Amino acid sequence: MSQTAQTVREDGIISSVSGPVVTARDLDARMNDVVYVGDEGLMGEVIEIEGDTTTIQVYEETSGISPGEPVESTGEPLSVDLGPGLLDTIYDGVQRPLDVLEDKMGSPYLDRGVDAPGIELDKEWEFEPEVEEGDVVETGDVVGIVEETVTIDHKVMVPPDYEGGEVVAVESGSFTVDETVVELDNGEEVQMRQEWPVREARPTVEKKTPRTPLVSGQRILDGLFPIAKGGTAAIPGPFGSGKTVTQHQLAKYADADIIIYVGCGERGNEMTEVIDDFPELEDPSTGNPLMARTSLIANTSNMPVAARESCVYTGITIAEFYRDMGYDVALMADSTSRWAEAMREISSRLEEMPGEEGYPAYLAARLSQFYERAGYFENVNGTEGSVSAIGAVSPPGGDFSEPVTQNTLRIVKTFWALDADLAERRHFPSINWNESYSLYKDQLDPWFQDEVADDWPEKRQWAVDVLDEETELQEIVQLVGKDALPEDQQLTLEVARYLREAYLQQNAFHPVDTYCPPEKTYLMLTTIQTFNDEAFDALEAGVPVDEIIDIDAAPNINRIGVQEDYEEYVDELKSEITEQLRSLY
Amino acid sequence: MKEYQTITEISGPLVYAEVDEAIGYDEIVEIETAQGETLRGQVLESSDGVVAIQVFEGTSGIDQHASVRFLGETMKMPVTEDLLGRVLDGSGRPIDGGPDIVPDERQDIVGAAINPYSREYPEEFIETGVSAIDGMNTLVRGQKLPIFSSSGQPHSELAMQIARQASVPEEEEGEGEGSEFAVIFGAMGITQEEANEFMEDFERTGALERSVVFMNLADDPAVERTVTPRMVLTTAEYLAFEKDYHVLVILTDMTNYCEALREIGAAREEVPGRRGYPGYMYTDLAQLYERAGRIEGREGSVTQIPILTMPGDDDTHPIPDLTGYITEGQIYVDPDLNSQGLQPPVNVLPSLSRLMDDGIGEGLTRADHGDVSDQMYAAYAEGEDLRDLVNIVGREALSERDNKYLDFADRFEEEFIDQGFETNRELEETLEIGWDLLSMLPKEELNRVDEDFIEEYYREDAGGETEAEATAD
Ligand SMILES: Nc1ncnc2c1ncn2[C@@H]1O[C@H](COP(=O)(O)OP(=O)(O)O)[C@@H](O)[C@H]1O
Ligand SMILES: [Mg+2]
Repeated sequence: MSQTAQTVREDGIISSVSGPVVTARDLDARMNDVVYVGDEGLMGEVIEIEGDTTTIQVYEETSGISPGEPVESTGEPLSVDLGPGLLDTIYDGVQRPLDVLEDKMGSPYLDRGVDAPGIELDKEWEFEPEVEEGDVVETGDVVGIVEETVTIDHKVMVPPDYEGGEVVAVESGSFTVDETVVELDNGEEVQMRQEWPVREARPTVEKKTPRTPLVSGQRILDGLFPIAKGGTAAIPGPFGSGKTVTQHQLAKYADADIIIYVGCGERGNEMTEVIDDFPELEDPSTGNPLMARTSLIANTSNMPVAARESCVYTGITIAEFYRDMGYDVALMADSTSRWAEAMREISSRLEEMPGEEGYPAYLAARLSQFYERAGYFENVNGTEGSVSAIGAVSPPGGDFSEPVTQNTLRIVKTFWALDADLAERRHFPSINWNESYSLYKDQLDPWFQDEVADDWPEKRQWAVDVLDEETELQEIVQLVGKDALPEDQQLTLEVARYLREAYLQQNAFHPVDTYCPPEKTYLMLTTIQTFNDEAFDALEAGVPVDEIIDIDAAPNINRIGVQEDYEEYVDELKSEITEQLRSLY
Repeated sequence: MKEYQTITEISGPLVYAEVDEAIGYDEIVEIETAQGETLRGQVLESSDGVVAIQVFEGTSGIDQHASVRFLGETMKMPVTEDLLGRVLDGSGRPIDGGPDIVPDERQDIVGAAINPYSREYPEEFIETGVSAIDGMNTLVRGQKLPIFSSSGQPHSELAMQIARQASVPEEEEGEGEGSEFAVIFGAMGITQEEANEFMEDFERTGALERSVVFMNLADDPAVERTVTPRMVLTTAEYLAFEKDYHVLVILTDMTNYCEALREIGAAREEVPGRRGYPGYMYTDLAQLYERAGRIEGREGSVTQIPILTMPGDDDTHPIPDLTGYITEGQIYVDPDLNSQGLQPPVNVLPSLSRLMDDGIGEGLTRADHGDVSDQMYAAYAEGEDLRDLVNIVGREALSERDNKYLDFADRFEEEFIDQGFETNRELEETLEIGWDLLSMLPKEELNRVDEDFIEEYYREDAGGETEAEATAD
């Protein structure tokens, strides 16, 4: 949370308190201004002004606060601090660093009325200039570099609200984020720290068509339903179907430069798990600790609901800042439904006219504004960068027809539908292959063809066809049993079973299987296809289907996932399968 | 402290009064009726001149002459280690005829949120002695794992069995000294009979000494149910994080708690959320359930087993649904299994322990634990599916392989699940039974189990292999 010099404005007086919503009279404030409420100075934001009455959503617990206490406006909208120190940090929904809060409060419980800057103000960073005196710089241009973490070079940029001009002074060496490192001839001074109001998108030149996949190392995602760098995706599913594990897998293994993980109204222990694991885990692209590319925002379900409402904005603003540096950023929000519910809770306290299922009428607009901030962009400084946004959705009762799921599906281009049935039988990730889709598939094919294999799209189509056929056949099997099917169809079912068990399933908790590079994804598919082709040849040659299915080598298809030296394993397995099947006729 | 006789409106559990001083949100209120009865309540909304008060005991007996006193503080629970062994009502007042409680501290019952940064990730295995839990849905210290049940099911028996048998293996070896085990039982709107069952069990096993019991029974005021779990959890946190106890909290029945929330919401004419429950029920429940856990640098822990009866045995109903979204898994008590006589009638398929993966395995339980559990899930699910088919086509129409899965499902229920409420199984035994059952299947079918474990534990003589060979011939 940024701490701006406070312009002196007229204080107001609290006239009512009801949960997170407080009204004040005689307050001189604008819409969305940050205010300090009550004697304890609880942080809040103006959400409605009507005549003399200002309505405020308070980001902290309001127990014990009474009418008559003062309200003070900062005159500034809710903003975040941007600069080195954002990574390897965990924030609450209004960008207060949780480790600093623990320190200041001297307690494991979140107390009230304690504020802290979003980035450390007295820490010194080694600033390496990228410009010289006499250079002309424009808005957004990079003027220097700071090594923020082992993984990330932080680009110090001319802030978006500057005009730019000729450089008249440049520093080099150790500086705090508020010391001036570059001066321009028009008097503008550039520091490492910028501020940006969270509800406003940072400017760009244009949005481009994304053509590179965000490789996730998850077979079903990369293989069947890929998301682009700069793309949007939704993961809806009932509780226990795998939303959080999928989001964690993406945060761990996606080949983005920067990860922003927003835990929005979910479990405390899930954030603790990330805090514990990420410093230990390696970033697969660099080998450095994962935290070195990660910023966490944790506003858990029991934390104040108004700060939950703002946490996704805090997250996406930080994401945009790194995008401006030319990085590919991936943001996970778990769960966007909790954000929507926070909107609903506040809206109902305001006694606004409820829309569908009590959500405010502006739900759809807010969701699309959020996902619109994702994309593959040409930045103001001429670099290209992306923000990919992946939102978990928690539909009540697992029913996808509810407003948050429906409004999200209207916007996002990748849909990973989780399925409670699959989860129950421990088919993980329990992404339903019939319902899910990716609208990026075609535009990403050239990348997979160049980087992995020419026939990537054909192989995928083959797998999809077999799975489709299986779905149809299963309906018949449900009525008459498998043995009543013709032999070729029985064989198709067997091939489909390997697709499901070996290819679509992936154990997030197995040290090797947890991450599957696209090459391995591809090789696994070709192995199953080898089995398919050889098996049908054998069938044609008159071998009974039972004998084909029973060959010793086939079950090893299910063990490809856990092989570290998968190339060798696959080579051998393919020849064994071929040999054993050919020996049957 | 001023007294007001300014009540303007009484509506359901709510009372509105005019005031001429600043009254804090959530502040505690005492209302004295004309008959001299004192009722307690809490400020739900405070504006200039008017406050809305929620009365815990219900508003009957209150009229416009009743006097209203604001105590100037939010609701507190007097806490002390001496609470162990005591029985209290739903608002924390002793009802066991024992001495007055001399508190060490008085703590706010609306606990502040634990800073996620200060939590310690729960991963210490609790052996409950129940195979369906230990083997398939392992509970760990600091977890919140509810029982999803429905009316008339033996969920209380299961909860009591867990409370009785729960132990942490290393403790038996003398480690973890100084941390004692305590049970806090919070009853909300259950019947006297149900309450007696628990009390008798506590007395029979001598567990009462290390327990604190809070009783809000069916005929006690409904609104009081909204404070009972907060009293319980405040006590739990005190014992766990200040007195180093490992506390097991049993809350029953969360459904009654949610009904009380709904009643208050309706009285306030709030815009209702799904099926009439308040839109903020998720947040409200989270503020209870998230009070489970472990804290860095503190010895104790709070483990929660809330029990809820699903209206219509429907888990998409808002109460189980929102609970499942917050808790770290759930255990399903299944009416069909119950009518088949299984004890405990746990259906493992929809059950889940989200903290299992980090709490089991080498060094924690046994290296093969995860694989065994995964494979049994998959096999039981397959057997279950086939049962539907058998009803249509008969067993003969199924392949040898399918028949093995059917047998597996039957024996899984008989031998693994149906252990009885009095049997306390060690994890070793649970896993051994698991291997007995898995060995009914051919080795190649065990694709979720590491080959080394198959080598070590698979029983060649259990019929899985030989018959498979026979069919192949
Ligand atoms: N890819 C996976 N591999 C293994 N287990 C998984 C996987 N995805 C989910 N699970 C299991 O499912 C449980 C619930 O997943 P989670 O992501 O927490 O569900 P949700 O967020 O949808 O409620 C996890 O605790 C884990 O046991
Ligand atoms: Mg989740």
